[in-house]
Amino acid sequence: MEDNLELLNAVILLLNYTVIPAITYGSQLALGAIFVTLIYGVLRFANFATGDMMSFGTMFAVLLTYYFQSVGVRLGFLPTALLTLPLAILAMILYMLFIDKFVFKYYRINKSAPVQLAMVSVGVMFVTQAIIRIIIGPFDRRFMDGEKFILKASEFKEMTGLSEGLTIKSTQAITLVVTIILVSTLFWFLNKTKTGTSMRAYSDNEDLALLSGIDPKKVVMITWIIAGFLATVGGVLYGLDKSYKPFVYFNNMLPIFAAAIVGGIGNPYGAFLGGYVIAFAEILVTYAYKKFFIYLLPEFLEPDSLVQLLSTDYKFAVSFSILVIVLLFRPSGIFEGKKI
Amino acid sequence: MRKYFNIIAAYSIMLFLIIMVGIFQSWSIALSILNYCLISAVMTMGANIQWGYAGLINFGIMGYTALGGLAVVLVSVAPVPEAWSAGGLNIVGSLILIISLVLIVRFFLKKYKNHKYKNYFITFSIIFGVILIRFVAFPGIEAIEAVNPAKTGFLGGLGMPVLFSWIIGAFFAAGLAFIVGKIALGLRADYLAIATLLIAEIVVSIIKHEDWLARGVKNVIGLKRPVPYEIDLQTSPWFINLVERIHEGKLNLLSSVSDKKDMLNQLVIDASSVYVKLCMTGLFLSVVIILLILTQKALYSPWGRKMRAIRDNEEAAGAMGKNVVKEHLLIFILGSAIVGLAGAMMVTNDGLFTPGSYRPMRYTFVIWVMVIVGGTGNNFGAILGGFVVWFLWVEAGPIALYLINFFTTHLDETNALKVHLIESAPYFRFLMIGVGLLVIMRYRPKGLIPEKINVKKI
Repeated sequence: MEDNLELLNAVILLLNYTVIPAITYGSQLALGAIFVTLIYGVLRFANFATGDMMSFGTMFAVLLTYYFQSVGVRLGFLPTALLTLPLAILAMILYMLFIDKFVFKYYRINKSAPVQLAMVSVGVMFVTQAIIRIIIGPFDRRFMDGEKFILKASEFKEMTGLSEGLTIKSTQAITLVVTIILVSTLFWFLNKTKTGTSMRAYSDNEDLALLSGIDPKKVVMITWIIAGFLATVGGVLYGLDKSYKPFVYFNNMLPIFAAAIVGGIGNPYGAFLGGYVIAFAEILVTYAYKKFFIYLLPEFLEPDSLVQLLSTDYKFAVSFSILVIVLLFRPSGIFEGKKI
Repeated sequence: MRKYFNIIAAYSIMLFLIIMVGIFQSWSIALSILNYCLISAVMTMGANIQWGYAGLINFGIMGYTALGGLAVVLVSVAPVPEAWSAGGLNIVGSLILIISLVLIVRFFLKKYKNHKYKNYFITFSIIFGVILIRFVAFPGIEAIEAVNPAKTGFLGGLGMPVLFSWIIGAFFAAGLAFIVGKIALGLRADYLAIATLLIAEIVVSIIKHEDWLARGVKNVIGLKRPVPYEIDLQTSPWFINLVERIHEGKLNLLSSVSDKKDMLNQLVIDASSVYVKLCMTGLFLSVVIILLILTQKALYSPWGRKMRAIRDNEEAAGAMGKNVVKEHLLIFILGSAIVGLAGAMMVTNDGLFTPGSYRPMRYTFVIWVMVIVGGTGNNFGAILGGFVVWFLWVEAGPIALYLINFFTTHLDETNALKVHLIESAPYFRFLMIGVGLLVIMRYRPKGLIPEKINVKKI
């Protein structure tokens, strides 16, 4: 009986400190990674403005949340930000279409090299970053309101009588639910609808798709619209869970890229899974397992040190190392499979 | 002469702008902008060699810059004997272990190419090796970091002259470039960009968090200088005499002796900072000129022609028997070494090493904007790009502030919009750089001074 409890405690410990945070963070990365991969698959360039575009959408959600709060509109136990999402997505899509019309379209029509488009996206990154900082400033902002926890550690302990507590923050649950809804809708759209199929065809072979009468303008527009959804939702979920800071969003671009490449760039399913691979790797490698082993091992084997593979300072470095390893051995990503 | 007209015109405008800063703001500011322009020019030349000569996209400029800066610390700072006796042995031991681990893995890879369990062997030896290294290194690191943590807490350097570190910085960067090149150069252009960006991030995070190496985010301050110190100048008679001679007319206008003395003191203080910066400018300028001569020679040599051929058509160059992979690796190493040199120059100029300040925005993307704006494949263009973009980067704040004030004169001083805009003036630099890049890419895709290739017509 004693042993079983120890085992349960150990499992709960891992769930609480690694699995749940990793799933949350992974979902947020996955949305970004699908965004990167879609742009790469359909428009054929690495979008270095990814992080800042996510930040741009989130900025609207933050501002609208503050506005709604000041007017007194709330969403009960859910964060007000969810209410502002549709408007923020709309603003994001308009911005993306605007940028596409005045910046990217020229290079697409001229069939410029992907590298040139990537450089152009660096320019877009600078401009977007400037707009964000001029409008909202570079500071750290919290815009989470409503109920904070679904399950508190103390409640869990009372319920089960275990010595380890399990906490589920409402942002974690919201992230998971929203991601599942969004991603399943997206996959349904890509696979079952005519527009989705035409997008996949365009991505697979542009010339053939054009020959069979697919309108490239429509495909590009739909891609940006989907991208707007993914960028804003991903950004808002991350901001709700942690906080909104433009610089952090810019940095998040790097693990997102890693996730997209690990999953096989151009492949949305791969990108989705890649997000979780990166998140789990980051958290599992930098977690200190001392307590876990104290529960599991008999007393004389208990470790003195933290039993941590790498210090948390190297969180980012872990995901980048995974990327380098993947690039070395499987440049096309772990999950090759279908291309979009 | 005509051929060079636009180059000369562009550089004269640049020089005029810097002189304007000197007249309107101060000579000290103008010189520090000029110094940074020169450093940026060296970085751009490095990036330009990779991108302009060979078409390799390297988004890891930040990593090489940081390594160059690290070299300054490791070479010029005096060694910390207590730290060496506390944990030096462990560090040296783990260094040997790391090297032998690499050798063992290489041995397995070479000797047992087709062995069934090759990968298991390698995985096992890496895991075992890493655990062993941790056991050896950990007590050493803790002991080193415990030695006077407020001031040292690291091994220190070799205590050698700081100029020597510029060369070492270049070698450090070249070494990293060799490893990165071996790993990533086979990738497609945009993958290479992402891979180098992330590898640079790994390098910087190691420098940031390995405190025993260079104090990490606690920074190293008061680094050696290759030029005199202001304090020494202010007390040395020859310098005071020199300043007195230059400002004789101004000083003679004052009648009272004490006024004269105060004035002279102030003048000496100003002049000493200008003098130090001028010395730095001289050093940097000579580096830029030497590099310019070398790169121009290289560009028009048979080797330069070969590189251009590889850039413009890899398959054709390969078919003509040129070793594309080898040349790519070589040029990747050369370009990165120059960037490392620039990193060392920058840390020497600042006199401090702050790993926390290495961010991709400032050290990778801005440098790339310089390369694109200046003109890819053209060294004069690259240097000009470094000057123009750095000048904009520094002066964008004041320019934006002036424009905001100009356009909001009709608004009240306490108007919320005006206050907000004035507060966010510094961020207009991102806007200017971004819009500048987009405009140049669209309307002058070859940059301000485009690449000129002289082809003899038959």
